[in-house]
Amino acid sequence: MTMTAFATDLIPDTRPSRGLPGWALPVSVLAVAYLAVPLLATNYLFEAILLPFLALSLAGVGLNILTGYAGQVSLGSAAFMAVGAYAAYNLNLRVEGLPLIGSLVLAGLSAAVIGLAFGLPSLRLKGFYLAVSTLAAQFFVQWALTKFSWFSNDSASGVIDAPPLNIGGVALDGPVGRYLFALTVVAVLTFLSHRLVISQTGRNFIAVRDNETAARIIGVPVLKTKLLAFAVSSFIIGIAGVLWAFAYLRTVEPAGFNLDRSFQILFIVIIGGLATIRGAFFGAALIVVFPLVLSRFGAFVLGDVFDSGVLDMSQRIVLGALIILFLVLEPDGLAALGHRIRRRLPTVLSRR
Amino acid sequence: MTLVLTGASAGAWSAASTAAFETAPRGRPGLAPDADADAQVHPAAKRPASLYRAAEPETSEAVLELVGVSLSFGGVAALSEVDLSVRRGEILAIIGPNGAGKSSIVNVISGVYPPDRGHVRLKGQRYGQVPTQKLARLGVARTFQNLALFPGLSVLDNVVAGRAHRARSSFIEQLAGFGRAKRERLDARERAADVIDFLQLSPLSERLVGTLPYGLQKRVELARALVAEPDILLLDEPMAGMTATEKNEMAGFVTAARDRFGTTVVLIEHDIGVVMSLSDRVAVFDHGRRIALGTPAEVQRDQRVIDAYLGVAEDENAGEGEEL
Repeated sequence: MTMTAFATDLIPDTRPSRGLPGWALPVSVLAVAYLAVPLLATNYLFEAILLPFLALSLAGVGLNILTGYAGQVSLGSAAFMAVGAYAAYNLNLRVEGLPLIGSLVLAGLSAAVIGLAFGLPSLRLKGFYLAVSTLAAQFFVQWALTKFSWFSNDSASGVIDAPPLNIGGVALDGPVGRYLFALTVVAVLTFLSHRLVISQTGRNFIAVRDNETAARIIGVPVLKTKLLAFAVSSFIIGIAGVLWAFAYLRTVEPAGFNLDRSFQILFIVIIGGLATIRGAFFGAALIVVFPLVLSRFGAFVLGDVFDSGVLDMSQRIVLGALIILFLVLEPDGLAALGHRIRRRLPTVLSRR
Repeated sequence: MTLVLTGASAGAWSAASTAAFETAPRGRPGLAPDADADAQVHPAAKRPASLYRAAEPETSEAVLELVGVSLSFGGVAALSEVDLSVRRGEILAIIGPNGAGKSSIVNVISGVYPPDRGHVRLKGQRYGQVPTQKLARLGVARTFQNLALFPGLSVLDNVVAGRAHRARSSFIEQLAGFGRAKRERLDARERAADVIDFLQLSPLSERLVGTLPYGLQKRVELARALVAEPDILLLDEPMAGMTATEKNEMAGFVTAARDRFGTTVVLIEHDIGVVMSLSDRVAVFDHGRRIALGTPAEVQRDQRVIDAYLGVAEDENAGEGEEL
């Protein structure tokens, strides 16, 4: 049949990349992260790079489920981080004997509930309008946390110290301990996110994103699916907020979870690549490392002129330019770029 | 002498129908084509249906019925008083020129549009507006005139998505991945692979569906509809924009699907030629009204169908043409 010949012509593109099985890369990355990094890294690397990287990666994974997979734009990520961080703080403070894992999960659930509430407009609003309505979450949560001092245990400054991390009596207050804790949380949640997006539910997310009418007609419960995406995404972002406050900054304050943070997480997802789990890690790496590289480079080239004000400004300019570049040249993000390079590399090498 | 392409003159139809159908009451030859078109065409347009029923008594049950369905968009009537009854296991083609209301029928049946008047009877249940989110569970699957696939998913995943209405497991169960969730996942994949094989798409099953050429995407959409094992399959222009070869292939697949799954097929098509060999019955629409219903041969002979498709010479129409 003509069709068969036609179809085979199309196959080459579909051939999966030869070589290692799919789990090989994540497992080797984890091996390095657990075994090599703690031995080699300096305190500076942990405190300034690895811990914020892990927290922001996890937030990126969470937002990617909502925006990348389910197609619902949100500008309220930092609010859900704040809910997670404050919930964990208050649970730890007010519930006697609650283990760290317990307050972590409950903090995630609190963020999920708030996410669900602010996800309700998604049932009627789409795209740009939905993005604007999620801003409400951002401003409301920040306002509530500042206004009601109960949340910060009536602390005068509003900035509170996060309690030391402690699992089963083992204190994790050194940078290595906090790193391993954050790494474990991120690894577990990333694995679960991966399972979710390849499940029926994940397919429903994509179906709702790609064509809502068609999704409804094939029997996808569209409203439930959207709300689930908000809840799951906020759960993960909430836990990322706990890591941000407890493992990285070791303080909790509303100002750390402002609109800038929400945009930062959105940029991570865009730069890394929508609808890829690993994209969030690429994006977060770029966002965390880039300012440090820029400040070193700036200081090296310009010397004293390059003070913190100039640094901040140049960061914004270069980042803005980068985002525009990505949207124009590689809308699928760093993950797609990496994929392409990996696919082309064997061809380029074999040509020699 | 000017040709009117879509046979817009309603007066011509009512006149022609008296000629074409012997039992229709005669004696309205003096109807002027410029008189109130609605008043004239209404009784005449309805007549063939009753004729048809009289000629062929109700031998097979209706799985889907439209009763007096009217639909308008901002005062423009898309459907007027449409009655249509679809029998179990048949391939019914709905044809008509652009703007005849063909797609509106499918959209009313699938609940995308609520009708202004009338109702849809589906498996003995009467619906003012068909609940779209329950459509798949009611055993109805459809395709869209303009593709409505999920471009971000592979061919296989698009087809697997067609089993969405069967999923009972919660997302927690799916995360854990055993028990009911696992059974559902394996079952959906197996059935999807079956249908993909049936429609000869197997070599492409890992491809992102957005990267396929149009004709193949149309076929993937058919696969997604078939995998739901629907009792009723609504195909909105499944062959639009295809080459003649592709059209023949698609027609073959539609027939094969009906024969294999016993699915009742309602098919919309622009091109009158394609449906003649494919369908058991043909309903012809023009300007939101059903102007003919019958076997392809009967419909082909129908003067109003000929007029609607080939155009009516307006001079004849106004003068002696009516007296045919």
